[in-house]
Amino acid sequence: MATVPAPPKGSPTRHLESPWRARLRLMRRGLATNWGLFWESRIGPIGLFIILFYGLLALAHPILMATIWDPAIYDPVTGFDPDPGPAWHMEKVNQYLVPKHPAPPSAKHWLGTDPWGRDIFSQLAYSARAEFFLGVMAALITVVIGTLVAAVSAYYGGFVDTFFMRLADVVLLFPVIAFLIVLGGMFQLNMYSLALVLGLIGGFGGITIVLKSQALSIKVKPFIEAARVAGGSHLHVILTHIIPNLLPLSFLYMMFSVTSAIFSEAVLSFFGILNLQMSWGMMVRMAEISGYLTGDAITKAWWIFFPASVSITALCAAFYLVGRGLDEIVNPRLRKR
Amino acid sequence: MAKYIVKRLFQIVLTLYIYASIVFVIVYLQPGDISQVYINDPKIPKEAREALLERLGLNEPPHIQYLNFMKNLFTGNLGISFSNYPTPVWDIIKERLPRTVALFFVATLLYFSLGFYLGKLIAWRRGGWIDYSATLVGVVLFTIYTPWFAILLIWIFGYRLGWLPIGKFSDPLLWRQYDVSENLVFSYILGIGGAILLFLLVVFLLGRRLYLPRLARWALNVGALVLVGVLVRYLLWETSLGILARDILYHMVLPAITVTLIAFGGTMLLMRDSMLEVTREDYVLAAKAKGLPDRAVRDKHAARNALLPVVTSFVLALAFTVDGGIITETIFSWPGMGLTLLEAVLQEDMPLAIGTFVFTGIFALVAHLIADILYAFLDPRIRYD
Repeated sequence: MATVPAPPKGSPTRHLESPWRARLRLMRRGLATNWGLFWESRIGPIGLFIILFYGLLALAHPILMATIWDPAIYDPVTGFDPDPGPAWHMEKVNQYLVPKHPAPPSAKHWLGTDPWGRDIFSQLAYSARAEFFLGVMAALITVVIGTLVAAVSAYYGGFVDTFFMRLADVVLLFPVIAFLIVLGGMFQLNMYSLALVLGLIGGFGGITIVLKSQALSIKVKPFIEAARVAGGSHLHVILTHIIPNLLPLSFLYMMFSVTSAIFSEAVLSFFGILNLQMSWGMMVRMAEISGYLTGDAITKAWWIFFPASVSITALCAAFYLVGRGLDEIVNPRLRKR
Repeated sequence: MAKYIVKRLFQIVLTLYIYASIVFVIVYLQPGDISQVYINDPKIPKEAREALLERLGLNEPPHIQYLNFMKNLFTGNLGISFSNYPTPVWDIIKERLPRTVALFFVATLLYFSLGFYLGKLIAWRRGGWIDYSATLVGVVLFTIYTPWFAILLIWIFGYRLGWLPIGKFSDPLLWRQYDVSENLVFSYILGIGGAILLFLLVVFLLGRRLYLPRLARWALNVGALVLVGVLVRYLLWETSLGILARDILYHMVLPAITVTLIAFGGTMLLMRDSMLEVTREDYVLAAKAKGLPDRAVRDKHAARNALLPVVTSFVLALAFTVDGGIITETIFSWPGMGLTLLEAVLQEDMPLAIGTFVFTGIFALVAHLIADILYAFLDPRIRYD
């Protein structure tokens, strides 16, 4: 039982706390419990730390560019460093000293430079922002569509339900990567359109099926009937009773959507389908088309593709781990107690 | 049940029709066509390119092309590939399919066994260091950037250590000495491998059904394994095609391991979650309470009931073996279905692209149906009506 807080000094009577304050207090306690569960999952916090790290990296890039980095040298796309650190990175060609790129990591270029003399660390930090944008955008579209469609088709059933479920079947039939390659031939896919396409595929695809089965179990709960009896309209019931109860699960699947969006971008960039200036996938592609991924060349300039590949893996894994951590909260059957 | 299956079959035809239409539209809307591929070739003038379009029926209005396509599709005719003119699409699919299925079937079996075993283990030791480390490793491998990972493995095992070949599925120097098509060997591998698996499964199940004493069952299983071992030894080392089959299997090792490492995490986590739900059931508590050994409770009471979702996802994964993996096949230059689809799309080969999409779609649809039926068969609580 919640204890009634002591009245402030000097107040003449003891009165109950306001409903808003009670609601706030319950919310705070709920958050604390959930945070405890999330922390106990151990893998969730690991993911959260990785996400925070890349988030800081993305935030740091514009600041660094504005303060200590010279845009002519450090620009992720158009930069070029004529003097990449120590003297042994220079080559003598016809009595002129010419910079040797890709230059290995040094104090000036923390992760070295790529074959075109651009700073890898700058590219990495610059792309982090784009990856976050793509992942979160695609996942938001997925979850908004998925939740709405699931709630509506579970609530109304009948034709609406059949239509959306068959649509999900058709969408699930497409091998996603191959489908996106075909689409890439039709449109110029950039980050915005890719986020939209991935969001639409995700939203009308598998996520609706999962969320719908959850929505069906909510629909038969007594409070839905009570809300209807009390005169709530269909829209009211869907918006204020079904969807809020779906949200935890939606949020969980949002994490997995972020992972798949970032992964798709990286793979499509690797195949050269996307129309991007810079991304982690593009960084690996540039290493590949300049021949640094073939045979023993891998050892010659590991720094041009390792940071990008490791970042793709780390960020994808991080969102997945956070999803797994949230699973322990959302899915009571997985809890220890 | 029969009514349900008939209803589902009807839905499958409808779904397939919609799917094929969407595929036709998106492939048709691709800019350019097959004649554009020759636009820089001075030997093929404009008239010849137009004649090519005329002969392939590409200058017809879109709706006529669409109707022709649908008519052909429902009479089982997928058309003729443009880039491999005049090979029918069916023949190309027939040629590429065994290669993809051989690789991905083996990989799917491997990663499901590994995932099942590990998932069972980590759910039982929930909260221990093995749970956290296996989950972490599983998730990282599951989400790893596949092209990079595959290239690293090729570099380590193919290039540095030189243990395994770095790509393709056969060694041309060896195959030049024999007048045998690779597909014949692939079909043999698939057929014999499938027969052996079936045989082992039957022996294993028979041993359980007959309620033999433990020692006799053990002897039966070991005997079957030895028999299979001797047979495989004979087929691979004593027959004339054995050396070629060995060559293909040798090329298959690295891609199969790669796919296994990438994919086992998904099965493992699925099994873990399913197992955690089952371990809360009363019958597991009862089995523990009556003093059964921990292993018996885990393997016989918990794991078998937790297997249900894993079996379903296994059937669906088997359907996607025809799909192949575009990424894996590209990196390992394994000319299967995935690579065929990629090349068809990039070369404006409309019939081949559509044919590959539709063929894989049919497989996936049928697998969904089989998974649903199997689900009802394995879990009597599930009823369809």
